Amino acid sequence: MTDPIARKVTELKPSGIRKFFDIVSEMKDAISLGVGEPDFDTPWHIRDEGIYSLEKGRTFYTSNSGLKELRNEISKYVESSQGVKYDPLHEVLITVGGSEAIDLACRALLNPGDEVIIPEPSYVSYVPCVVMAGGKPVVINLREENEFRLKPEELKAAITPKTKLLVLPYPNNPTGAIMEKEDLEALTDIIIENDIYIISDEIYSELSYKEGHVSIVSLPGMKERTIYINGFSKAYAMTGWRLGYACAPGNICVQMTKLHQFCIMCAPTTSQYAAIEALKHGGRDVAEMRDAYNERRRFLMNEFKKMGLKCFEPYGAFYVFPSIKEFGMTSDDFCTELLKRKKVAVVPGTAFGECGEGFVRISYAYSIDNLKEALGRIDEFIKELRAG
Amino acid sequence: MDKKETRIKILKALEHEARVDIAELAVRLGMEQTDILNEMNEMEKEGIICGYLTLVDWDKTDEQTVTALIEVRCTPQRGQGFDVVAERIYKYAEVNSVYLISGGFDLLITIEGRTLKEISRFVTEKLSAQEAVLSCATHFILRRYKDHGTILAKKYEDERQLITP
Repeated sequence: MTDPIARKVTELKPSGIRKFFDIVSEMKDAISLGVGEPDFDTPWHIRDEGIYSLEKGRTFYTSNSGLKELRNEISKYVESSQGVKYDPLHEVLITVGGSEAIDLACRALLNPGDEVIIPEPSYVSYVPCVVMAGGKPVVINLREENEFRLKPEELKAAITPKTKLLVLPYPNNPTGAIMEKEDLEALTDIIIENDIYIISDEIYSELSYKEGHVSIVSLPGMKERTIYINGFSKAYAMTGWRLGYACAPGNICVQMTKLHQFCIMCAPTTSQYAAIEALKHGGRDVAEMRDAYNERRRFLMNEFKKMGLKCFEPYGAFYVFPSIKEFGMTSDDFCTELLKRKKVAVVPGTAFGECGEGFVRISYAYSIDNLKEALGRIDEFIKELRAG
Repeated sequence: MDKKETRIKILKALEHEARVDIAELAVRLGMEQTDILNEMNEMEKEGIICGYLTLVDWDKTDEQTVTALIEVRCTPQRGQGFDVVAERIYKYAEVNSVYLISGGFDLLITIEGRTLKEISRFVTEKLSAQEAVLSCATHFILRRYKDHGTILAKKYEDERQLITP
């Protein structure tokens, strides 16, 4: 029999987190700091709107792009947070999570052989999405001494005549790094000179612990070459609702919508009704959750300082990315040993790119009590390692 | 962070975690420990912080308690409104809280006793006997689902699944 699987698919590397989670799932009493989703439930008033829409019998498809009222609210949100106006009718597309929008953007923009610059460590889906869309990923290995921000010289060095797209994953999973306004401004000339398009994955935009998050779309000349991606999962603790969106220039949005209609039709209707409520009345919930994450972030940084564990201070998302280089172990070995000896699960930095070697990702989407217990065990573990 | 904001942050934290370690709280809020202690002191003196309580679910203990919520209608007194009658009521040790409310009644009282009898005795002999009290409606609390912002009925369980990416 012939091999049923397409070569392109067989050749895709499985997610590095997967392998590690398989070990975790076999261990019963392990404490995990590995999960990448909020520990909060979706605020009740938002869930209630979802339930109400079901009670009303709103169980139909929506239009392919999504409910008009939701697109209106999204347009208002981006305008009030970034000062950029998107036309809700032609420049906003509701997707099944931000992850669908990433896939659509790659497929809509890439011709065979087009190069896509992906700064790493970052979310594990960019490379496979680019590959499946026929593009060629070009990875930039970000540096800890730059707090994992993308520097103009790094971008310049990665550009070739074939460069089509740049992925900007900030606030960043797994490092927690952010790009501030000056960091972004330093890139815009290079982007324009080289006529590059941008996928700006801003799914963690509401979880930024310095001044407000700045999007690249707010800078001059950027809106027309950017696909702005955001969603409800992280800001409103709505992961299971599977709802995200893309804002893009009309000519791009219409093509993304074409792909979306052929494979998805439309995003889940119940989730869309709930999301309208989230954008209209969820501001306070977001602020409260952000404060809670920020408390945990400060707590973790202080614990690391006490342990003498080196970690740059991250200002975004809900991850910290401490260095474990002093122990002379690979990230994989470190995490496996930590799990075996102390039953604490953290994710090896290498799951997010080769340059994640020497780091581990710790999620603080956990209660302070949970973090305390886990950090206590990590402290014991590194003391044992230091004692040899 | 200005003083007002600082105070609100401290109060919000203490309202739910009265026993929090202040050094830890300082780290979490990005403040100095001494600043928190000073503010707490000041707010205690100003009567903003009135106490540090423990939220107890007595139903889970062997101790028998009965809680009732009593709505009271009463005649206000010239120049003093309901203050005098409220004071006469809140002085009873078994009375837990006394609120002035709007609507069909004037005061809302919560009271704790060991038995139904104890509470009915309070209502008939003490509360209704007050000259200013015109009538009252007593509601016994059967179950507390949520109190002081804390859900008592159910414990939080982490049901998140392992998922990649």
